[in-house]
Amino acid sequence: MVIFEIIRVAFQSIIANLFRSMLTMLGIIIGVAAVITMVAVGSGAQRAINDQIESLGANILNISSSRSYRGGISRNQMTLTVNDAQMLKDESKYIMALVPEIDGREQIKYKNKNINVTVVGTTADFAPVKGFKIEYGNMFSLSDDDAKRRVAVLGADIPGELETNPHELIGSIITIKNQPFQVLGIFEKKGSVGYRNPDDDIWVPLQTAQYRVQGTDRLETISAQVSESVSLEKAIVEIERILRREHKLLPGKDNDFTITDSRIFLNTAQEATKIFTFLLASIASVSLIVGGIGIMNIMLVSVTERTKEIGIRIALGATRTNILFQFLVESMALCILGGLVGIGLGYGASAMLNEIAGWKTFVSPSSIIIAFAFSGIVGLVFGLLPARRAAMLDPIDALRYE
Amino acid sequence: MSEEIIITSDLQRTYKMGGEIIHALKNFNISIKREEYVAIMGTSGSGKSTLMNLIGCLDSPTKGNYWLNGKLVSELSNRQLASIRNEEIGFIFQTFNLLPRMDALHNVELPLIYRGLGRKQRLEKAKEALVQVGLQDRMNHRPNEMSGGQRQRVAVARALVTKPSIILADEPTGNLDSKTSDEIMSLLDTLNKEGHTIILVTHEADIAAHAKRSIHLVDGLIQSDSLN
Repeated sequence: MVIFEIIRVAFQSIIANLFRSMLTMLGIIIGVAAVITMVAVGSGAQRAINDQIESLGANILNISSSRSYRGGISRNQMTLTVNDAQMLKDESKYIMALVPEIDGREQIKYKNKNINVTVVGTTADFAPVKGFKIEYGNMFSLSDDDAKRRVAVLGADIPGELETNPHELIGSIITIKNQPFQVLGIFEKKGSVGYRNPDDDIWVPLQTAQYRVQGTDRLETISAQVSESVSLEKAIVEIERILRREHKLLPGKDNDFTITDSRIFLNTAQEATKIFTFLLASIASVSLIVGGIGIMNIMLVSVTERTKEIGIRIALGATRTNILFQFLVESMALCILGGLVGIGLGYGASAMLNEIAGWKTFVSPSSIIIAFAFSGIVGLVFGLLPARRAAMLDPIDALRYE
Repeated sequence: MSEEIIITSDLQRTYKMGGEIIHALKNFNISIKREEYVAIMGTSGSGKSTLMNLIGCLDSPTKGNYWLNGKLVSELSNRQLASIRNEEIGFIFQTFNLLPRMDALHNVELPLIYRGLGRKQRLEKAKEALVQVGLQDRMNHRPNEMSGGQRQRVAVARALVTKPSIILADEPTGNLDSKTSDEIMSLLDTLNKEGHTIILVTHEADIAAHAKRSIHLVDGLIQSDSLN
C-alpha cells in the first residue's frame, strides 16, 4: 500500500521539477540510445555475416592451388586440373557434389558495350553448392557442358554494367572472347564475400571454358560438398590422399594444394564483429554511467532541498525505510523514464542509419531489455547514496531546517 | 478517567557540544493523565524543546524511562518509534510544517499513508478531520493559498486524523496574530473538551492560561507544577 504512495510521490516530485528532471534524464536518454544504436550496428553486421554463412550451404570444402614462395616472390602455381576433379568425383566416398572452377578475365561485348569481367567455367552443381539462386531464366545443364555449348549465366550486376535490363538479356547473344554466347540466366544478387564480388562474374560450362574460352585444364578452385554424415576432417584426409597420388607427391613433400573450410573465414569475421559490438557497447555504456552520476548529483540536491519535508514525514510516522525508498524510487523512475525515451531514440537512430547510411542495423529485443535493466540498475546504484543520506537525517535537525 | 498516559522516571538527556556536556534535562519526573490539558512553559534553554522531542518520540533519552500509553518507548527501535509517532502522537508545529506541493486534504491524509490505510478510507478520514476544524470549503487549497490561521487548522486536522493518544502542540500560535491565535486556542480548548489529551509548549502566559495545568521548567528541572 505504502509503496504505491511512494511511487506516486516520486512521480509528483519529478513533475514538480519537470525541466530539471528532463535535463537530468538527458544523460540516461543519451546513454541508453547510444547503447541501443551501437549494439544495433554490431548486430546488423553479425546478421549479415550469418546470412552469408547460411547461403554457403553445408559442409563445403574449398580446394585451391597452394601458393609457393620462392625468393620471397609469391607465384600462383595452378596445380589443380580438370583431371584431379574427375578423379575426386570418381573415387571419393564422401563427396556428394563437386564444383571445379576455371577462372579468367575476358573481354565481354554486348551491342556497343565492352566490359572486362571474370569468366568462370564450372558445372551445373555450382548454383546449389555455392548457394546461388537463378532469378531470371535457367542455369546451364550437364548436356550443355558435355556439348561444350556456348551458353552463359550472368551475375546480378552484369545487366547494369551492360546498361540493359535482365529481361532483354535473357536469350540474347553476348560476345565472350569474340565468340557468341547465348545468355541462359541471371543469378540473384549475392553480395560481396570478403574482397570478391561474385555479382560481377559470368559463368559458362566447364568444358566450354576449358576448350573454347580459357583453353586450359588448370582449375582455380574445386569446391566439394561433403556428405552430412561424415566429418570434414575425414573428407580432408581422403581428398589429400587422392590429390597427392594424382600429383605424384613423394612422402615428406608438402602438399601443392590447400583445403579450407569456407566457413572459417566467415567465423573469424563473426568473431571480430562480436568483439567490435562489445567494444561499441562498452564505450556507449560509459555515457550511461556518466548519466547516472548526473542523477546522483541532482538527487543529492533534492535531498537537501527537501530536508524539511523529510523531517515532517518522519514526525508523521514515516520509517527510515519509507524515506530511503522514496528517494530510491525517484532516482529509479528518472532512470527508467530516461531509459524508455532512450530506447525510442536509439530505435529511431538505428532506423535512420539503415535508411541514410545504408548500414544493416538490427535492434535486438535482448539489447532493449539489457539497456532497460541497466538504466534501472544505474538508478538504483546512483540513487542509493542520496537516499541513504535522506533516510539517516536526524528528524529534529530536519524539522528545524529552513 | 484518571488513567496515566505519560509517565517519566528520572528522564535525562545530555548533549555533547564541543568538549562540553550539556544537561538539557535532569532527572525529570512527570505524569500526565488522559484528557489532561497541560502547558509546558519555560524560557529558551530551559529544556522544554528537549522535553517535547522526547515526549514526541523524535528523540531518545540518555537515561531514564518513559512510558507512553502503557508502552515503555524509551527502549524502542527507530522503526517502532516511527509507528508510535504515527499512532500515539499528533504534532502541531509553530511553523505549521505543511507540505507546500499538496492541498489541505492530502496534507491531512499524509500520516494515514504511513499507517497503511487504503486510499478511500484515508480521504474519508481526512475530510472528516478538516470538517472538524471548520475547513470543509478549503480542502483543495494549497498552503500558499491559505492564511496562517487556516494553515494551522490544517495542521490541527492532520494531528487529529490519526486519533492519537496525545496532541503535542509546540508554540502553536507563535507565528499567528492575536485574533487567529485566539481562534486556534479555542479550537484546542474544544478538542480537549471532546476528550483529547493536549500538551502545549509555550512561553506565553496568556496562551498557557488556556491549559488546566502548567508546568514551569528552569534549567532542565521542574520549577513549578500547578493546576490553573
